Amino acid sequence: MLSIKNLKASIAGKTILKGLDLTVNPGEVHAIMGPNGSGKSTLGYVLSGREAYIVEEGSILFEGVDLLTMDIEERALAGLFLAFQYPLEIPGVSNLEFLKAAVDAQREARGEPLMSSKEFLSAAREACKAVRLPTEFLKRGVNEGFSGGEKKRNDILQMLMLQPKLCILDETDSGLDIDALKLVADCVNSQRDAKRSFIVVTHYQRLLDYLKPDYVHVLSEGKIIKSGGPSLAPELEEQGYAWLARQPGEEKSL
Amino acid sequence: MTDQIEKAITREYEAGFTSSIESNTFEPGLNEEVIARLSAIKGEPQWMLDWRLKAFASWKKMPEPHWAHIDYSKIDFQAISYYSSPKSMDDKPKSLDEIDPELLATYEKLGIPLMEQQMLAGVAVDAVFDSVSVVTTFREKLKEAGVIFCSISEAIKEYPELVQKYLGSVVPRTDNYYAALNSAVFTDGSFVYVPKGVRCPMELSTYFRINEQNTGQFERTLVIADEGSHVSYLEGCSAPQRDENQLHAAVVELVALDDAQIKYSTVQNWYPGDEQGRGGIYNFVTKRAMCHKNAKVSWTQVETGSAITWKYPSCILRGDNSVGEFYSVALTRGRQQADTGTKMIHLGKNTRSTIISKGISAAQSNNSYRGLVKMMPTAEGARNYTQCDSLLIGDQCGAHTFPYIESRNPSAIVEHEATTSKVSDDQLFLCQQRGINSEKAVSMIVNGFCKEVFKQLPMEFAVEAGKLLEISLEGSVG
Repeated sequence: MLSIKNLKASIAGKTILKGLDLTVNPGEVHAIMGPNGSGKSTLGYVLSGREAYIVEEGSILFEGVDLLTMDIEERALAGLFLAFQYPLEIPGVSNLEFLKAAVDAQREARGEPLMSSKEFLSAAREACKAVRLPTEFLKRGVNEGFSGGEKKRNDILQMLMLQPKLCILDETDSGLDIDALKLVADCVNSQRDAKRSFIVVTHYQRLLDYLKPDYVHVLSEGKIIKSGGPSLAPELEEQGYAWLARQPGEEKSL
Repeated sequence: MTDQIEKAITREYEAGFTSSIESNTFEPGLNEEVIARLSAIKGEPQWMLDWRLKAFASWKKMPEPHWAHIDYSKIDFQAISYYSSPKSMDDKPKSLDEIDPELLATYEKLGIPLMEQQMLAGVAVDAVFDSVSVVTTFREKLKEAGVIFCSISEAIKEYPELVQKYLGSVVPRTDNYYAALNSAVFTDGSFVYVPKGVRCPMELSTYFRINEQNTGQFERTLVIADEGSHVSYLEGCSAPQRDENQLHAAVVELVALDDAQIKYSTVQNWYPGDEQGRGGIYNFVTKRAMCHKNAKVSWTQVETGSAITWKYPSCILRGDNSVGEFYSVALTRGRQQADTGTKMIHLGKNTRSTIISKGISAAQSNNSYRGLVKMMPTAEGARNYTQCDSLLIGDQCGAHTFPYIESRNPSAIVEHEATTSKVSDDQLFLCQQRGINSEKAVSMIVNGFCKEVFKQLPMEFAVEAGKLLEISLEGSVG
């Protein structure tokens, strides 16, 4: 699905990722944890192709295709989805209009027939139900005046509608209350299957308790310094990251 | 990212073609003799010529106004031709079959078929080509309802009492520099009279086309809605792509008598000039409505064209309880300059006005809103609500707001709200990350910004306005 080798990337002349390796197979859930400023969000932006982020070295293959030659839109249409740490507002553009444009673009790219308005509307209503947003939210501007939690759920709603192959969730759990966190985890779990993969960036073990990731990685200073199974998360929760940084010998890549 | 925005907003001007139509065009220049010749060609009565000459005499004494936030080199009024008509119009054709096919093709190309059977049902069109009205459709059908819809030239001859009574009653000959010039040299335009209590059975519309080089277009529109009548009027315009600037100085007068309602919509798409700012139409327009007791006038405009736009559709709310509305979207790109807004003059008791202005500036353009809300001492209980929003695309454009508020009645309430926002890289990134291309994303964001105004447009024009902003219409889902 995804193969990142020796990735070095910078923003505004500052190198953030300093040789990152990561392999994600179809159906796997990978959690990425790590101290603030270690490059977790940068990874999401680099994968999605955001212009300000410059790849200096390394390679990224997505389903065997060189991701770095593709622009933002092409990557999105190839099935890469990024849920934002801080979802943005687009005032005046209704959620429904936005979703329809996105779904149409995806279907067009795959050469599938466009959904009829009726089909689309019932799918959107279903998705609303799943993330427990009232259907009135479809008529409101994209994230316009939404609470922090509503914005995050709206991102998940977009994920449900777009059915991407690789979902990168950038601290989707931050700012969520316990119920909302459970809801988001349930939605993600409902989307798990043998083909769809997830990269979940988080600071907290709680989300991982629900998600039960296949792998947990620790990102520090632009590199993955430790990888392990789901048991790594509680260890980190207890001890913090400092002990890892002190033991460069423990470094391991997948 | 800015490159992508640029790409999304720089589009070819689609109406920029030239028609090869033989025309009778006056030599450039303006004096009493030219005006007399123009009046004679049109077979006007003496009173009309006298009126024109009086206007010309005042115009000569007036200084050119320079208070607007626009910058352009001096206009040489002697280098402009003041009359141009297609040769085939010399013997005014009696039916569409006699019209030069090239002329029909021109309108066809612009998406305005003049053949009645092909037309949008429910819209009557008056087509003005350079200085003359070439055809007015559905006249017979309108006549059955008692509605007069014809060119102003015909109205001067056929309905002189109405024209004499109302021409210049809302925009006097000496009102301003460009209105005075228009009064002296106006060549054609539309005339509408809706009798008492009649609801006009169809949308009326005028389509203006400038074709000939070095000519100015000076049209004059007069709409009279008699007591208790209703009418909706649309106007559209375009011009070929030329390197020189061309002058368009129109006057529109609306008279809404007691309990009457007029809805006047404009989709203005004059040639805006190229990216370097060469060519384009100078659009200096005076539009004003007189609202009598309980009358209501709505101005809706979508301004996307012209090198320079100088335009302030206004309402004089003379009668008690009269209502004035102004809904505007002004989009500037390239090196376009727009200084546009409205004036709401409250005279009557309990008069109400609403102003919603949306300015969108892109590339190196400048977009200004200029509005005056005036509450006179007689305007007991009057209210105004103004909302002015600006949207910036890119970092080289400008948006300016010049609201003037004068309240001389303590019981009057005036509200003003203004916002400025920017199409951000973050918003575009969000759209693209979901698979929406940047062009579609920009037009979606712009469309969302203009929603309140587009809602006001009649259906057919909403489509045209949407297309103009490369926007797929809202409401296509759900």
